[in-house]
Amino acid sequence: MDYYKILGVERTASTDDIKKAYRRLARKYHPDLNPHNKEAEQRFKEINEANEVLSDAGSRTKYDKYGDQWKHADQIEEARRQQEAAGGGYAGGGFEGGSFEGFTGQEQDMRDIFGSMFGGSGSRVRYRGQDYQAELQLGLREAAVTEKRVLTVNGKQIRLTIPAGVDNGQTIRIKGHGGPGMNGGPAGDLLITFLVGEDPVFKRDGINLHQTVELPLYTAMLGGELTVPALDGHVKVTVKPETANGTVVRLKGKGFPVYKQEGKFGDLLITYAVKLPVHLTDKQRELFKQLAGT
Amino acid sequence: MNAKDNMESEELISVQAYCTTSHVSISLIDNLAESGLVQLTVRAEQRYIAADQLAHIERLVRLHDDLDINVEGLEAIDHLLQRMHTMQEELQRLRNRLRRYEHPAG
Repeated sequence: MDYYKILGVERTASTDDIKKAYRRLARKYHPDLNPHNKEAEQRFKEINEANEVLSDAGSRTKYDKYGDQWKHADQIEEARRQQEAAGGGYAGGGFEGGSFEGFTGQEQDMRDIFGSMFGGSGSRVRYRGQDYQAELQLGLREAAVTEKRVLTVNGKQIRLTIPAGVDNGQTIRIKGHGGPGMNGGPAGDLLITFLVGEDPVFKRDGINLHQTVELPLYTAMLGGELTVPALDGHVKVTVKPETANGTVVRLKGKGFPVYKQEGKFGDLLITYAVKLPVHLTDKQRELFKQLAGT
Repeated sequence: MNAKDNMESEELISVQAYCTTSHVSISLIDNLAESGLVQLTVRAEQRYIAADQLAHIERLVRLHDDLDINVEGLEAIDHLLQRMHTMQEELQRLRNRLRRYEHPAG
């Protein structure tokens, strides 16, 4: 990772230039200004890491010399001294010089130093943990009933009640199930976004459902009864005589449940698609001719 | 959070306790409250932060500390973030509607 590149400054940049560049980028990518934007969150972490290193004269000198291995600078120097004392040459180069090989020091986890950097620097403040994001796919009919699910998030099982009527793209917040806090701060929250899938029969528009049903020509002309699918089974609909193709009928309370309002439902809107008879018998054809002549 | 107050089933933390544990200056909370960015709860002449305000306050404090944004700036940001949130919800709602037209019921 090239910290100078991340901050968009020259290697000769002054401390003030680095500070300005960090401020400018932090304002652009700060997670609080970019909610639910993982890319910005990642950039912010990189910017913070680069700033932490380059804004400190000691760390910057080490970074300039050893690049990504700057954390091990002291151990590298020690290894160099030992090799020189033993009369051997030292083949390691600086950051500009290319690769440094032969060092086998323990990897220090950068996260120990910088933490999640979700909110600032140093250990002065107790920071709330990061919010975790998760997506949960539901069928339309699954979203129409209150469901209990057990989710496994980062190895922990979370029992979740999904209220009927949840919308596609809706996010719910489960407090305290996000990342752990820093310096004793509280844990973040778990944000679950529901992805409600399509249904072959019903189309959802908020709390209303839409459905197109075929209406036999004779029922359309003469009226009658039609049984149509509803979410909770079937419902009988009375068709008025001379119902036109494309007529929309509203069945109150047969739509989608209203989120967190038990017993409340939207409407089901049925669009009639009049179906013409096919394979007419001679007699039927004759009768249609008679009708056409009237 | 040892200053939780269960009066009337509310979950509250005193401003003093929050500022001490979080190393936040009381004057910043005062300024945020004065600007209307946060709502404090007063009980027996003591000022408290409700649990549901905590995440919001922490976000404002982070923006203030991390980015040197003053209270006026925080007001503008808060307003814009709320607008963005509303617009994102509207966008999602419209996407859902559009989906219905792109894939008509059969």
